[in-house]
Amino acid sequence: MTDTAWIDTALSSARPQAVGALLRYFRNLDTAEEAFQNACLRALKSWPQNGPPRDPAAWLIMVGRNVAIDEARRSRKQAPLPEDEAISDLDDAEEQLAERLDGSHYRDDILRLLFICCHPDLPATQQIALALRVVSGLTVKQIARAFLVTEAAMEQRITRAKARVADADVPFETPGAVERAERLSAVAAMIYLIFNEGYSAGGDTAEIRGPLCEEAIRLARLLLRLFQSEPEIMGLTALLLLQHARAAARFDASGALVLLDDQDRGLWNQKLMAEGLALIDKAMRHRRSGPYQIQAAIAALHARAATPEETDWTQIDLLYGALEIVQPSPVVTLNRAVAVSKVRGPEAALEMIEPLSSRLSNYFHYFGVRGAFLMQLDRNDEARMAFDRAIALANTSAEAAHIRMHLDRLMRDSARRNAKAVK
Amino acid sequence: MLYAILCYHDEDFVGSWTKEQDAAVMKKLAAVQDKLKKQGRLGPVARLLPTTSATTLRKDDPPVVLDGPYAETKEQLLGFYLVDCGNLDEAVDVARDLGAANPGGAYEIRPVGLFQPGGEPK
Repeated sequence: MTDTAWIDTALSSARPQAVGALLRYFRNLDTAEEAFQNACLRALKSWPQNGPPRDPAAWLIMVGRNVAIDEARRSRKQAPLPEDEAISDLDDAEEQLAERLDGSHYRDDILRLLFICCHPDLPATQQIALALRVVSGLTVKQIARAFLVTEAAMEQRITRAKARVADADVPFETPGAVERAERLSAVAAMIYLIFNEGYSAGGDTAEIRGPLCEEAIRLARLLLRLFQSEPEIMGLTALLLLQHARAAARFDASGALVLLDDQDRGLWNQKLMAEGLALIDKAMRHRRSGPYQIQAAIAALHARAATPEETDWTQIDLLYGALEIVQPSPVVTLNRAVAVSKVRGPEAALEMIEPLSSRLSNYFHYFGVRGAFLMQLDRNDEARMAFDRAIALANTSAEAAHIRMHLDRLMRDSARRNAKAVK
Repeated sequence: MLYAILCYHDEDFVGSWTKEQDAAVMKKLAAVQDKLKKQGRLGPVARLLPTTSATTLRKDDPPVVLDGPYAETKEQLLGFYLVDCGNLDEAVDVARDLGAANPGGAYEIRPVGLFQPGGEPK
């Protein structure tokens, strides 16, 4: 690592804590970000000469605050009215106390910073973009690239999101237990969205969008470090790690989707899997189940199977059953049906998804799964119809390519059958 | 004499390495380890998973199981080496070489009192 690369890493790793603390001081996101930027500029000048500070975040908070206060004082001399409300804790005597508070506020500072990004008025895409910009410190260019939009469009999206957040009433008092739990679950959902944004990419864009998965994992680990005993945060982190561990095996050379059963398990990242499995083990000890833990437990059963045949589908069926209770959704039932097809056969599975047809009539996976069940039952004409519909609904070229593979197989099978019939 | 070199680092910092940065550090560390291996001085080496995966058993009566690492410090124990060194100066030199490959944080150098190799776990 070169020296400047080292400083960049130190700045980005200190960012959530520093911006979170500065936000508490200034109670304004733009001011906090600007103060952090100024502190970073000073760090770039000072750190190469004086060496890195022992606690980069504390250094950046102190310097960011002082620079902003100096600027406010200067503008106060020029303007007749002081802007006292803009800055809290101005008194020097309070400074020491404020620094000591920093240690204990650390958790809530970062949680608040994440929380304001997932304001319910913001659409999901704006929440994610704002969090990546404000908390992760990705540049607008990097975020635009990951979302496959132009830089100008992304700039506009983030500006709009910030304006909405500025109007919103964000409480700065230390949150109570109930409020903290609510914030935590909103933030967990947002981190999951970031991950999905990367995970749902097709093979052609996986490389560009993959970093979103890594960023989501970094934020999940950060959240778990702050809330060490929350089983659902363990579950969330485990889920992301176990899913991402399979990244290298999810697409073939041509960019087509490779299903779990057909993946080369040797390509699964063992280190990420080990971490995910360790976390789900820890979570289970709490005996306080939740949707992230259940999904992680399902992913863990896949991870623990050395071959597809060793997969414990009975257990997976049971877990999806539990998930249907805590988080009922037709998509969960659809996933459960795949487990059911392995345990009780395609007929039972097909019966299970039949009632979902109206609610999932525009859902790619519904028709992909339905086609696969029909194919297993040798109802090839119906299977072909389902696959045709799936291709029409495919979100990525990888999905379409995967279905086309099934169709090709159906064609070959029927050609072979016709040939036999002629004989 | 066998020395333990315990690696402490800020996890936020190490966790912010890109895959490429991480791989570059590991490659440089491997070069230092190779040298020690050729000299027959390198014992077991371990890199620990993040502290979020840690569990602590407090040996109260009855014992209490807690989530997270034992020490709540900014710099955490992230791994260790066991190296055979003639004296402390040699051990410090090894730590210096490792440190040049992996900047930031600290190494604690501790002489080992009892060592049971135990063989490779299956």
